[in-house]
Amino acid sequence: MNQDGKAPVVVARDVTRRYGQGQTCVDALRGVSVDIESGRLTAVMGPSGSGKSTLMHILAGLDKPTAGSVEVAGQEITRLNDGDLTKLRREHIGFVFQFFNLLPMLTAEENITLPLTLAGEKGDDAWVKEVVGDVGLSDRLTHRPAELSGGQQQRVAIARALVSKPTVLFADEPTGNLDSTTGGEILQLIRESVDNRGQTTVMVTHDPRAASTADRILFLDDGLIVREMHGASSHEVITTMEEIGV
Amino acid sequence: MTRFALRGLLSRKLRTALTAIAIVLGVGMISGTFVLTDSISHAFDRIFTDARKGSDAVISGKSAFDTSSSDASLTPTFDESLLSKVRQQPGVAQAEGSVSTDSAHLIDKNGKVIQFGLGGAPNLGFSIANGKSPFNPLSLVDGTWPGPNQVVIDKETASKKHLETGQDIRVQVEGPVRTLRISGIVQFSSGLTIGGATIAGFDLPTAQRLFAKQGRLDEIAVAAKPTVSDAELVKQIRPILPADAQVRTAAQQVAKDASDTNSFIKFLRSFLLAFGGIALFVGAFVIANSLSITIAQRTRELATLRMLGASRRQVLRSIIIEALALGIMASVVGLFFGLLLAKGLFGLFDLIGFILPNTGLVFLSWTAVIVALLVGILVTLLASLRPAIRATRVPPIAAVREGATLPPARFARLRSVGAALMAVGGVAALAYGIFKHGLGTKQVLFWMGFGTLLMFIGVALFSSRLVRPLARVLGWPATKIGGAAGLLARDNSRRNPQRTASTASALMIGLTLVTLVATLASGVIASFSQAVNDLFTGDYAITAQNNFSPIPIDAADAAAKAPGVTVVGNVRTGEIHVFGKNAFATAVDPGMAQVINMKWQAGSQAVFSELGADGAFVDKDYAKKHNLRLGSRVAVTFPNGSTRQFVIKGVFDPPSGGTPFGPVTISAAAWDAQVPSPENLYSFVKTSGGTTAANQAALEKALKPFPNAKAQTRKKFISSQIGPFKQILNVLYVLLALSVIVSLFGIVNTLVLTVFERTREIGMLRAIGMTRRQVRRMIRHESIITSLIGASIGIALGLLLATLLIVRVDFLVFSFPTTQVLVFFVAAILVGILAAIFPARRAARLNPLEAIAYE
Ligand SMILES: Nc1ncnc2c1ncn2[C@@H]1O[C@H](COP(=O)(O)OP(=O)(O)OP(=O)(O)O)[C@@H](O)[C@H]1O
Ligand SMILES: [Mg+2]
Repeated sequence: MNQDGKAPVVVARDVTRRYGQGQTCVDALRGVSVDIESGRLTAVMGPSGSGKSTLMHILAGLDKPTAGSVEVAGQEITRLNDGDLTKLRREHIGFVFQFFNLLPMLTAEENITLPLTLAGEKGDDAWVKEVVGDVGLSDRLTHRPAELSGGQQQRVAIARALVSKPTVLFADEPTGNLDSTTGGEILQLIRESVDNRGQTTVMVTHDPRAASTADRILFLDDGLIVREMHGASSHEVITTMEEIGV
Repeated sequence: MTRFALRGLLSRKLRTALTAIAIVLGVGMISGTFVLTDSISHAFDRIFTDARKGSDAVISGKSAFDTSSSDASLTPTFDESLLSKVRQQPGVAQAEGSVSTDSAHLIDKNGKVIQFGLGGAPNLGFSIANGKSPFNPLSLVDGTWPGPNQVVIDKETASKKHLETGQDIRVQVEGPVRTLRISGIVQFSSGLTIGGATIAGFDLPTAQRLFAKQGRLDEIAVAAKPTVSDAELVKQIRPILPADAQVRTAAQQVAKDASDTNSFIKFLRSFLLAFGGIALFVGAFVIANSLSITIAQRTRELATLRMLGASRRQVLRSIIIEALALGIMASVVGLFFGLLLAKGLFGLFDLIGFILPNTGLVFLSWTAVIVALLVGILVTLLASLRPAIRATRVPPIAAVREGATLPPARFARLRSVGAALMAVGGVAALAYGIFKHGLGTKQVLFWMGFGTLLMFIGVALFSSRLVRPLARVLGWPATKIGGAAGLLARDNSRRNPQRTASTASALMIGLTLVTLVATLASGVIASFSQAVNDLFTGDYAITAQNNFSPIPIDAADAAAKAPGVTVVGNVRTGEIHVFGKNAFATAVDPGMAQVINMKWQAGSQAVFSELGADGAFVDKDYAKKHNLRLGSRVAVTFPNGSTRQFVIKGVFDPPSGGTPFGPVTISAAAWDAQVPSPENLYSFVKTSGGTTAANQAALEKALKPFPNAKAQTRKKFISSQIGPFKQILNVLYVLLALSVIVSLFGIVNTLVLTVFERTREIGMLRAIGMTRRQVRRMIRHESIITSLIGASIGIALGLLLATLLIVRVDFLVFSFPTTQVLVFFVAAILVGILAAIFPARRAARLNPLEAIAYE
């Protein structure tokens, strides 16, 4: 329990991650403990190579920590087998990628409902409609990714991540591949889903303006969480970044 | 998931099509084989049914034992007085006697026997007692039915040889050539045509005289009265038959007539199916390789699916469904492509002179459809298994990490060891099949097939280790000829050894097999030539025009009287029954001693003249098998039923290339006493002065009355004896070419996929100044290097397999097929060049800017 009384849905304890071994090994994470509270937008910032992506991957069960534990929705995930991890992904994890990762041969709608199809769920039509409406894609559903702009593609990706009502949504630099206007729109979408539906979200970003929309900002440097801020303005974020020498 | 898989296939149309071709060709060969053999079988059925038109029962001469071939010269005739007795039977409505032969030679205007193709088809001759008889399957196209000294011939022969009613034609059957008048042109009433055969019909007395069957009959066709069943008819006739005749219902007779061709068709079918199987096996490699590459290129897509909650099983299923769809599609297309191939095969056989009866293609039977589809789909599925399993190992994290590759397989390091063991195990299984004594034919074939399969897979898996060193050597010319492009090509081919190896492996299989065939063939030819050179001390050999039909004894007698001829030695052959089995016996006359020089284990050259009425000689292996030594007695039963004792007077040691003699040889005199119309297979001639123009001319003059006989020098004899063999060899090459074509498409496929994968890189190369020509050249050289890798491994394996077989098989000697191997290398380079055309053009067309901006 934290000060707001919200229960953490992701709990990481003393997570370390070492790539390679011997002389050339890299310690991407060197003991990170963090609780991600439900219904809030958490931003992760830090210089390039500080371990942001690595942390995201471990929290999402994509990668295993060298040491430490991770719980998602009350379940220890670092020792799950492939089948249980698949179940975890279906039920609890949503992911938005920097490069959208849409399947080129499927239409926007098929891409969006893909997680439901994979899970063998019929899907609630009203809910799908609502999500599609939220991301503003109602008139683009039959298009293929190649016929959509970058911003539209990322909207499809967000709708796809939201459609399965994941316990936690991870987004690694979701605006990193978009111009600032389009990026702003995407950020707004993410913020709205947190506000309107209480969608727990963790987002990696390099953009102070993006971070300032978050409820909480974690600063990572050299594999450690070095600072944490709550409800900071973009000005405050920039100051902090300078302080820790980012 | 299904939809997803199918969509994926559709979105990769070109790749899918290129992959499918591998299966289309293989399945096409299988369905084509069925279409071809079904058509031939149908045609033969009609021929045999037509030939027994109007009959309810057939009486024929009876051999003492069932001869394996329908050797007409051996089947006894029966006395024609039987006909009137048959006619008196209460159930008989009508009966008609006939004589027939397979060697009624019609002679064309140049004095040559009319034969089409290789001359394997019969020159049918038979009596037509009454043109209007219900037993006559023929109808007149022109003219009238034959009277005394007249002949009717078939429409095809007439039109091909420009023969018309009213013309004279020379005909030779048994004995001298006769000139007859063509009274009419006939065809089967049903419109049937019968391959390369010729037909000559005579009235009964003329036929009996020509066939040397005066007063005798070969068959009586019987029609029953309306109320009498076929079985009852047979029952009535049986008691009045002499010992040398038998009766069958028409249906039984048709089945008996067809049994020879049925086993031939069965053989042809298995033979051709084997090539379809090989093409499919190669196709499996192509598919496995294409799928692997496609899956590697789709790593990110598959990982994304996994991230979105797809289970391993779902990924596996999607790939399998994709393969299944591909398999079904390709197999269906292949099925129809088979029709085309069947046409092509008919043409191919026609071309080499192996003319098959063709009454139109029999469209796919159910067996054909089921077998072809099942095999095509199964092979595709099996081939997709490994790539599909690899696909399930794509980790979800590959969706987010640039350049993530497939994790190495669990036993990656053991892989090449395993592959090597597999290859060695394959060769071992093969060697077991070849060398283990006492295995049945089926077992030998099983072990050889299984071993070869294992070896191919093992070598294919291991060959990724060979790619780097081989590419260095085989790519050297490219670097010299191709400049920078050649250098890049060589490095490209070494960049992904596994992929290069899999691509090359498909070609390897085809080349292993052609090299094997070439080496064995050159072994056969070498050992045959050597044997003839060793044994044959005469100057000329007299054979039939087609090199293997029997020739009248009169021909040899005439040759013996030619000026300059000192000795003629004759060989006759036919089936006998000895030690409870049928065997081919030969018969020789004393002259043989001076034209054939045998190596004797027991006895000497003098044996030839000492055989007498009850002497025999045997070959070494036969003697050993039946424990025969000089003085042993052997009981021989002849087709006419009489059994005679023979005393062994010699045992010879045959050279690896064989001899003109069968396992048991007796004197011509003893033979002629038992065989109704004896003929020579070969006659060997010794002259004073050797092979001179004068001797050749004298022999030709002497043989003039025997248009089916020709005299050849030893060299000519050798080459004409191996002529048909070489034709068959060419068919083998053509059939194996199919699998080479499959592998060619494999190379095209890999290159297209590679170009696609290297779009950025090629764009970059273009941006820094590589010309389109250089791009094309780079792709072409990579293709050639890949082909050459496949070719060199394949040729090496082919030589290995051939050597194993040659060590084991007595009648083969090792003779390196230098020319052929060189041709194969050139062909491999050509395959490389052809395969590169399309991918190179695609690569060259890439716009440098777009290529870089790609993704
Ligand atoms: N697969 C890997 N193998 C070896 N080292 C890795 C691997 N992935 C990441 N690293 C290293 O781990 C460290 C952390 O990388 P990570 O990708 O988490 O950084 P990041 O904070 O996301 O950086 P960026 O802002 O550039 O995305 C880096 O030093 C990186 O080089
Ligand atoms: Mg990162």
